[in-house]
Amino acid sequence: MSRLRDALERGDFVITGEVAPPLGTDLASMRTAVETVGPYCTALNVTDNQGATLHLSSLAASRELLDMGYEPIFQQTCRDRNRLALQSDLLAAWTLGLRNLLVVTGDDPRSGDHPQAKGVFDLDSTQLAGVAAGMNEGHDMLGRDLAGATDFYIGAALFPEAEPWDVQLARAERKVEAGVRFFQTQAIFDLDKLERAVAALEPSGAKVIAGVLVLRSPRVIDFINKRLAGLMVPDAVADRIRSATDPAEEAVRLATEQVRAVREIAHGVHVMPLGLDAEVPRILRDAGLADAE
Amino acid sequence: MIITKPRDWARIERNLTEIGARRVFIMGCGQCATVAGTGGEPEVREAARRLEEGGWEVTGWAVGEVTCHSGGTRLESRKHDTEIAGSDAVLVLSCGAGVQTVADAIAKPVFPGLESAFLGNVVRHGVFEERCQMCGDCVLDRTAGICPVTTCPKGLLNGPCGGMWDGMCEVVADRECVHVRIARRLAEQGRGAAGRIEPKDFSAKLKPGSLNLRETRRRGTGDAR
Repeated sequence: MSRLRDALERGDFVITGEVAPPLGTDLASMRTAVETVGPYCTALNVTDNQGATLHLSSLAASRELLDMGYEPIFQQTCRDRNRLALQSDLLAAWTLGLRNLLVVTGDDPRSGDHPQAKGVFDLDSTQLAGVAAGMNEGHDMLGRDLAGATDFYIGAALFPEAEPWDVQLARAERKVEAGVRFFQTQAIFDLDKLERAVAALEPSGAKVIAGVLVLRSPRVIDFINKRLAGLMVPDAVADRIRSATDPAEEAVRLATEQVRAVREIAHGVHVMPLGLDAEVPRILRDAGLADAE
Repeated sequence: MIITKPRDWARIERNLTEIGARRVFIMGCGQCATVAGTGGEPEVREAARRLEEGGWEVTGWAVGEVTCHSGGTRLESRKHDTEIAGSDAVLVLSCGAGVQTVADAIAKPVFPGLESAFLGNVVRHGVFEERCQMCGDCVLDRTAGICPVTTCPKGLLNGPCGGMWDGMCEVVADRECVHVRIARRLAEQGRGAAGRIEPKDFSAKLKPGSLNLRETRRRGTGDAR
């Protein structure tokens, strides 16, 4: 069973967090991150070679979270695997006990640490969602019966601030049509645009979990604007952090305000602490979301 | 047409040095490589000059009409029989298809003088863009005549990806996102959205491609051989 699905369908406001598997086999720092943010979250995303850079697989790391008593959202990117591998890993994920799935296209290899790699993109994320939905119905993408089906809670990414919105919305609707039941958004800075996205998807029944970043330093803002796909920190927000005497503290205040605002609009919040994991409890508590000690 | 680019010259010199070649025959191509400005007469002459400057003797050169054409290339080679016979190696300024045609036609070590880049549209004189990958499973009927397989760096059929910002592509940052262009053109033509496109049949492009029109025609006319 998926706690995330149950909570969203019950109408609870959910909190999701994010952990990155290590580059290597030592899981200690990942476990620390999980123990820090995990207790406040309904589920935790486990990224899949994020930013097209090499990490331990999301499959193994997601299982580790499960063993630690937390609920993972297994991320699968279309960049690194063809349809055989994707399907095979979906079956593996289910047998390992992973119940939540987030399908993403994936950054282009040219932006990562292995720029010489061949980007696979045999399927795109819309198609992959369709494949997972098919497995939930008990068949592979050729329509053959599976010996044992899956029952994934299928999610995808949503980009409420990227214009043109009509093109974004059309794609989100195609994802819903393919089987997506929840969306996790890129970081939100413009609440009107978040509201627009939630309202547009309302008729589909798909849930929207809004992303909030903790912009802990001017350096992080520069990194996001230069390197992170599909995201720009607006000048007003960037100036607020840059001009603060204590940027990290200002970032925590900003994130707290954003979480509080998102609560009135979306079905959940996805907190991306960018290293300030330890501040997550305070952000959630000050936003009125967690009974943190 | 096939777009070719100059190949690292040091690598060409290394190829010749490795087999101890001192005398070289050069073959260009009168078709694509001539238009691309990489294997026409001026470029063949320049290659000859560079080889001679490097201490090689150039026994002769030719620019075949269409170097990937087997019959034509055999004929062209025969015309330069003596010059080729007197060479230790042949340098070919054409795409990889032409290089292999020459290698089949001439019993000498044959080396590529260019890199084959892509099947290119001639946007303007000297400006080439890749618009088709010859995937064998065309989606242009769904995408308003704009190929996402080729012109989206990720080759996504259902886009845009999360990297699109202000209508622009994330990977090729100075270009408009192809999925935004597709949506706009479909709308302009009153054709509605592209809809969800199913996964592609990549088996249509399995290597090596081959087509025998003689057999097709024979079958078409009921000739049972």
